[in-house]
Amino acid sequence: MSTGQSGEKILMKGNEAIGEAAVRAGCQAYFGYPITPQTEVLEYMSRRMPALGRTFVQAESELAAINMVYGAACAGVRVMTTTSSPGFSLMQEGVSFIACSEVPAVIVDITRGGPGLGNIQPSQADYLQVTKGGGHGDYELIVLAPATIQETIDLVVLAFDLADHYRQPVLIAADGMIGQMMEPVVLPPMRQVSDAVPPWALSGAKNREKNIITSLYLNADRMEEVNLHLQEIFARIRQAEVRYTTFLAADADVLLVAYGTSGRIAQTAAQIVRNTGIRAGVFRPISLFPFPYEALSEAAVGKTLLVVEMSAGQMVDDVRLAIHDRQPVHFFGRMGGQVPLPEDVVAEIKKLL
Amino acid sequence: MSEKVVFQRPEALCDVHTHYCPGCLHGVIHRVIAEVIDELGIRESTIGVAPVGCSVLAYNYLNVDFAEAAHGRAPAMATGIKRVRPQATVFTYQGDGDLAAIGTGEVIHAATRGENITTIFVNNAVYGMTGGQMAPTTLPGQVTSSTPDGRDVELAGYPIRVAELLSALSGSAYVVRRAATNPGNIAKLKRAITTAFKVQQAELGYSLVEVISNCPTNWGLTPKESLSWIEDKMLPYYPLGDYKVLDAVRDL
Repeated sequence: MSTGQSGEKILMKGNEAIGEAAVRAGCQAYFGYPITPQTEVLEYMSRRMPALGRTFVQAESELAAINMVYGAACAGVRVMTTTSSPGFSLMQEGVSFIACSEVPAVIVDITRGGPGLGNIQPSQADYLQVTKGGGHGDYELIVLAPATIQETIDLVVLAFDLADHYRQPVLIAADGMIGQMMEPVVLPPMRQVSDAVPPWALSGAKNREKNIITSLYLNADRMEEVNLHLQEIFARIRQAEVRYTTFLAADADVLLVAYGTSGRIAQTAAQIVRNTGIRAGVFRPISLFPFPYEALSEAAVGKTLLVVEMSAGQMVDDVRLAIHDRQPVHFFGRMGGQVPLPEDVVAEIKKLL
Repeated sequence: MSEKVVFQRPEALCDVHTHYCPGCLHGVIHRVIAEVIDELGIRESTIGVAPVGCSVLAYNYLNVDFAEAAHGRAPAMATGIKRVRPQATVFTYQGDGDLAAIGTGEVIHAATRGENITTIFVNNAVYGMTGGQMAPTTLPGQVTSSTPDGRDVELAGYPIRVAELLSALSGSAYVVRRAATNPGNIAKLKRAITTAFKVQQAELGYSLVEVISNCPTNWGLTPKESLSWIEDKMLPYYPLGDYKVLDAVRDL
């Protein structure tokens, strides 16, 4: 396979780019299960990881995959799994355990149309699941949402660093559009894989006390302490890891708020209406948790707001939280794997004026 | 006068009180595992994976690195650990509900992949921690808190014979059933666990030691009666023996 010289621009499919970005970020183990529209990551890793002497296992289910990830994470290596919406539903138990146990892991969710078995078209209907604690208990999940394949690559590398830094799971929320599309990209340099074992990891109790990794605290006082500690981590994440970008937002009369693929469509729509004299711009959250509440609140002052999603309206709740009912928040969405055309968004913008 | 130590706590067994009920055999099984770990000299390279069930706190009692898995997922978690720490001796400790009900998929696929891990499978025919409900290994007619009139196989199906089931898989290298009921059986159990750990060290494939155990509390029997109940009721349905032993295992 051609993965390009360092710094060279090459054409890559999103799913394969996710695999190569993980490899270059030092991912030592990959566990996955086939599910469209994510499967090419699994296939890519099945070739790439063994060639590098790293671990690849095709699990018997997403349940097993996330728990293999949990095990490898406890052993202190960089580890990833990838899946799509129904598969991520199955992983929720494991994500909750990983978050409580404080071990680092990277998960990629190439979301598809739902609910139920749904279909294999791009969708953003899993926003609430990924940002509001899809699993049980008080935990948050760092969620990064790319809009291009280059940004996907960059965020996969960042995800490994954030996972290690906070010892928490990090999710890349992309949709089938990102996974299946090809775009020119520049890959990051190959990082050295570290053999060092973190002091908290399971490696055998040699020259130290035994390490125990658990999420069980039967005593309520102790369980509350653990929760308070986790909340401190999430507070630090809220403080330090807000990410977003804007496009022609400063002078806009209409501010489109959209993430991932919708953000990209919104940007094209803004360009189209600019040519007809309508000043539109885009605010695109990149971190869905932590959500850029303050930045959006400031950017929205005096503007007409239109949230665009490939869902019935899920992120729109966070936008309303950011705005505190200060101004109306309009919504346009398509569901069930329908991807809105820029012209559809243009028509919605014109309705508001 | 010189002293000769003839009996002591294994280094791999923590000097703590356990939460197990009086007469429960988990403590015996823990001790046997600890003795094997000591005798093989692998305490500093062993990683255990605890289940959900009565032995959920096994990590507090065995003095080795430990992870606590989600219910039924220990073989998947152990797979993740072993694949990235191949030099470690990795074992799961699981009860019948954990392994043969909610975790059936994980254990079958760990075995069929021939994962070089060992499972200590403790079968006492009941869900202990939640208060004595029907387990996948509950005997026909056995009264539990969720089969008040006895397990009706017409409605609730038949008990799973795990050792027989897993012995059919090509990835299984060593699958045996033992009991922790008397000194002779305990000595055989210890030899089996020793063999199982050697099987994984030799990378021969998956190894499982099923241990027929008791639950005096939820069976409503005294500890002594519970041992008789194992002999009279459980062993006829779950015969002790070797169900899968690769030729290469005999050479260890």
